[in-house]
Amino acid sequence: MRAVPIVLFLGLAGCASAPPGEIADPFEPMNRQVHGFNKSLDAAVLRPVSQALAGGGQPANGPGAMEMVGNFGSNLALPGKVVNSLLQGRPEPAARNMFRFLVNSTVGIGGLFDLATEDFNLPEVDTGFAETLHVWGVPAGAYLELPVLGPSTQRDLVGTVVDVLLLDSMGNVVHRDVARAGLAARLLSKAGDRAQFGSTVDSVLHESADSYAQTRLLYIQRRQYELKEEGEVIDPYSE
Amino acid sequence: MTRIPNSTRREFLGRGVLAVAVLAALPAQALTGNQAIALVRATVDEVLATVNSGRAPAQMYPAFQSIFNRRADIDAMARAALGPTARQLGAQDFAAFRQAMSGYIARKYGKRFQEFLGGRIEVGAARQLKSFWSVDSTAYLRGQTPTRVEWHVSDRSGQVRFFNLIIEGVNMLASEREEIAAMLARRRGDVRALIADLQRAG
Repeated sequence: MRAVPIVLFLGLAGCASAPPGEIADPFEPMNRQVHGFNKSLDAAVLRPVSQALAGGGQPANGPGAMEMVGNFGSNLALPGKVVNSLLQGRPEPAARNMFRFLVNSTVGIGGLFDLATEDFNLPEVDTGFAETLHVWGVPAGAYLELPVLGPSTQRDLVGTVVDVLLLDSMGNVVHRDVARAGLAARLLSKAGDRAQFGSTVDSVLHESADSYAQTRLLYIQRRQYELKEEGEVIDPYSE
Repeated sequence: MTRIPNSTRREFLGRGVLAVAVLAALPAQALTGNQAIALVRATVDEVLATVNSGRAPAQMYPAFQSIFNRRADIDAMARAALGPTARQLGAQDFAAFRQAMSGYIARKYGKRFQEFLGGRIEVGAARQLKSFWSVDSTAYLRGQTPTRVEWHVSDRSGQVRFFNLIIEGVNMLASEREEIAAMLARRRGDVRALIADLQRAG
């Protein structure tokens, strides 16, 4: 909790905005230091662990342990997503995620199995408070690279903090330890993502000439795409 | 009898030649969405056939490079990736860069094509964007959520070719432009050293 004022300061201080197609990065020297740390953390811990996970092999039928951990964590994040969809004035994804939460929590045994996707063809609609801020007209602000958590922006950082607080308030709905386990499961499934997208991460982080610039570009483009913003269009024939 | 002054005649002739050149440069018929879709289908079929041929990855790279040379407008891609530096290069250096880049792209992306083994790619609709067509496609790979890939297709080179891919929002040319700028900066702007690096990279 002590970190919250710092986070809000970083998040809101001089909400820098860049011309379209460019990335505002006034904290680049600091970001690059954090990037160096994240990169060595990945090489020392995440890469070996995720390679071991990937090497373990998946059972032929049904979800593997990693997938169940991921299901459990994302199920507990659903109520927060419902709230965010409602704050964005989007009742359809809110209803869909609410239905997912009800089905997976009960028939899906506390969220271990994702029956909503498998049996009802209702995949999750991913959202968060960062998207709510975007819908409310808050610009992305400056690019940030956070220790351990990786690339972000001022707006995404504020969004993440609010999401974690919202998720923590799940302690009122489910048992506090369950809420904590959900958060832990979500962090663990990040390591699972590192395993699934291993070759992509390796190529960006450990094989590119300037991994900081590549990470920044990829993150900003992915976010624009997720928020359905128009990305940069290159027309080599228009000159 | 009026005599057309020599200078005016030369000018008239010059304009005529210019007009013919411009007409020749313009495509006889504008590229249609269906032609763009056909190019993407053909490219996808060739890539998948190569991936599923069972050859060793390193032996696939020449095959990918050949597909790339026939289906992509490497000239436009090389110019876009190199940015303003491309305009300062002599024809020979640019040709060397272009050649090095085509091998680099074939290795770098070819390495990832192994994920397509046993997968399928559905080609969707085309929409007009600026001076070209964007063709939608979705890759269904084993054990992964479907990936959306957009192909940017143009016939401005004189042939129907793709020149960019947008993979789940990530712009390949923008990403390579940044990467090549970083490689060039590492060599303090020496393009020949960059070309030598590119021949090994990917």
